[in-house]
Amino acid sequence: MRVDEKLALDAFKPDEEPHIKPRLEVCRTCRDRVCLRVCPGGLWTVVEGTDEVRVECSGCLECGSCVTCCPNGGIDWAQPRGGCGVRFRLG
Amino acid sequence: MADGEHFDVVVVGGGLAGLSCAWEAAKAGRAVAVFERGEEPGAKNVSGGRLYLGPLRGLLPDEWNDAPLERPVARETLTLVSGGGAVSFDLRSDKLRDPAAASHTVLRAKLDRWLGEKAAEAGAMVVPGARVDGLLRTNGTVTGVRLGDETIEAALVVLADGAVSRVALDDQAPPPPSPAHVALGVKELVTLDPGRLEDRFGLEPGQGAARLALGDFTRGVPGGGFLYTNRDSVSVGVVLRLDGLAAAGPQGPESHALLDAFRAVPEVARLLAGGETTEYSAHLVPERSVDQLPPRSAPGLLVAGDAAGLVINHGFTVRGMDLALASGVLAGRAAAGDPAAAPAAYEAALAKSFVLRDLRAARRSQAFLARDRLYGHYPRVVTELFEELFRFGPDGKGRVARPAWKALRKGVLNWRGLRDLWAARKL
Ligand SMILES: Cc1cc2nc3c(=O)[nH]c(=O)nc-3n(C[C@H](O)[C@H](O)[C@H](O)COP(=O)(O)OP(=O)(O)OC[C@H]3O[C@@H](n4cnc5c(N)ncnc54)[C@H](O)[C@@H]3O)c2cc1C
Ligand code: SF4
Ligand code: SF4
Repeated sequence: MRVDEKLALDAFKPDEEPHIKPRLEVCRTCRDRVCLRVCPGGLWTVVEGTDEVRVECSGCLECGSCVTCCPNGGIDWAQPRGGCGVRFRLG
Repeated sequence: MADGEHFDVVVVGGGLAGLSCAWEAAKAGRAVAVFERGEEPGAKNVSGGRLYLGPLRGLLPDEWNDAPLERPVARETLTLVSGGGAVSFDLRSDKLRDPAAASHTVLRAKLDRWLGEKAAEAGAMVVPGARVDGLLRTNGTVTGVRLGDETIEAALVVLADGAVSRVALDDQAPPPPSPAHVALGVKELVTLDPGRLEDRFGLEPGQGAARLALGDFTRGVPGGGFLYTNRDSVSVGVVLRLDGLAAAGPQGPESHALLDAFRAVPEVARLLAGGETTEYSAHLVPERSVDQLPPRSAPGLLVAGDAAGLVINHGFTVRGMDLALASGVLAGRAAAGDPAAAPAAYEAALAKSFVLRDLRAARRSQAFLARDRLYGHYPRVVTELFEELFRFGPDGKGRVARPAWKALRKGVLNWRGLRDLWAARKL
């Protein structure tokens, strides 16, 4: 099963504002891009043909791995507002 | 809620630590509010997981007999995986069933919801869907919390907001934890009907199994895999050190691919065949030694559970839930007394309890578990040894002990191997 198919099994209530924002100017020059491999949702991508890094916030599991591992302070990271985000039914 | 509302105790986070604290303080007659950012308690929470109730004897109220536990663990298996082979050490023992020492598998959404109801029945106000954004301070003492523009005052605040605490003393978000101090858990819940589950795991009706695995499926990243049986599902996942994942470089594995790699180990695949994945989750686990823990109190403030880094990774099992419950109860008891004396009372109670005792005793676990030979080298040595031992090829067998000696000499009885053994003796 692909990771996006796994995410589709979870219940999410997206926040209106994205709760995670990469700082584009920092990410542009980042070589390692550790966020791409640590994210358990596979939510981080590089826009094809550019050096722009993107994150698909609406499938975020709120683990905090991306912000913990980014060595460059390249992420504005908050928890979604109260009542928003992922809702585990079993946990 | 009107601005300027006042409580005796405000708890940030409705997980095990926060809710057990609120229950205890409410039973003592305090006016308690719990703010939980999830839609209900447990909505954001993940464990492996199994809960050890043994250490909590005497701390938890009798109502715990009705807690929604999944299965008592009656079988423990440790598996080393390498190159398609797997060697398992398997324990079944009546001692595992001793009610005083038994562990139970749990599902957090169910358990935390139950605990939230208990805290509410005792009189605590449990407010879901409410994210705390900061602490209020007056002259260096914490005096309440802030939710957006609303302020709520409290004689005492208990911070129980988990492994990725975002609530700061000032208005700056606190820095994220260092990748060396946390591991990432990635987990799937796979449904299996109880009969099939018991057959597959070799269990008597109602009993449960816990399986831990180390080996090449993490592709050199320090960590391992786990399987826990629930009533009608299996929790399957991997726990990976974040510094290890980060150090693997741009060509290194993706965290979610390592869960797939664990599920693809033939041993694991067989256990889960035909089961259907119903939920996918991830969460950080604090992994610090007792000397690296963040503060547990400040004037007007107590910190409990993961927020205080109270987790022990013994290598073959992770314990955070019993420590979260114990620290929550002790925080609740301290909060029942004079708020000014609560920080000192809480610290003293923790120091005397199993929480800090066990954390101190496990002081060297973290450094030991960072040895990457545990995850590739030793699983390979042991698997190859057993493969040789049980192989009878066209040339016959020769002396049975020879391959064993060869493997041990090559793999373990050398300078690095002996050093690892020497370090293990202090665990
Ligand atoms: C994969 C995995 C496997 C594990 N396996 C085991 C195991 O087998 N056995 C074991 O004992 N332990 C295990 N643990 C550890 C255990 O799950 C934790 O130690 C335990 O959940 C800690 O409880 P807590 O109450 O401190 O934190 P949490 O359960 O994380 O609760 C914190 C709560 O605070 C809320 N919150 C956070 N910020 C805010 C805010 N700003 N405002 C309002 N609410 C907020 C969260 O939504 C959450 O409900 C495992 C952990 C993981 C991730
Ligand atoms: S978020 Fe951090 S790790 Fe990812 S590309 Fe940006 S700077 Fe690099
Ligand atoms: S918090 Fe976790 S799931 Fe969300 S984007 Fe970051 S790494 Fe991915």
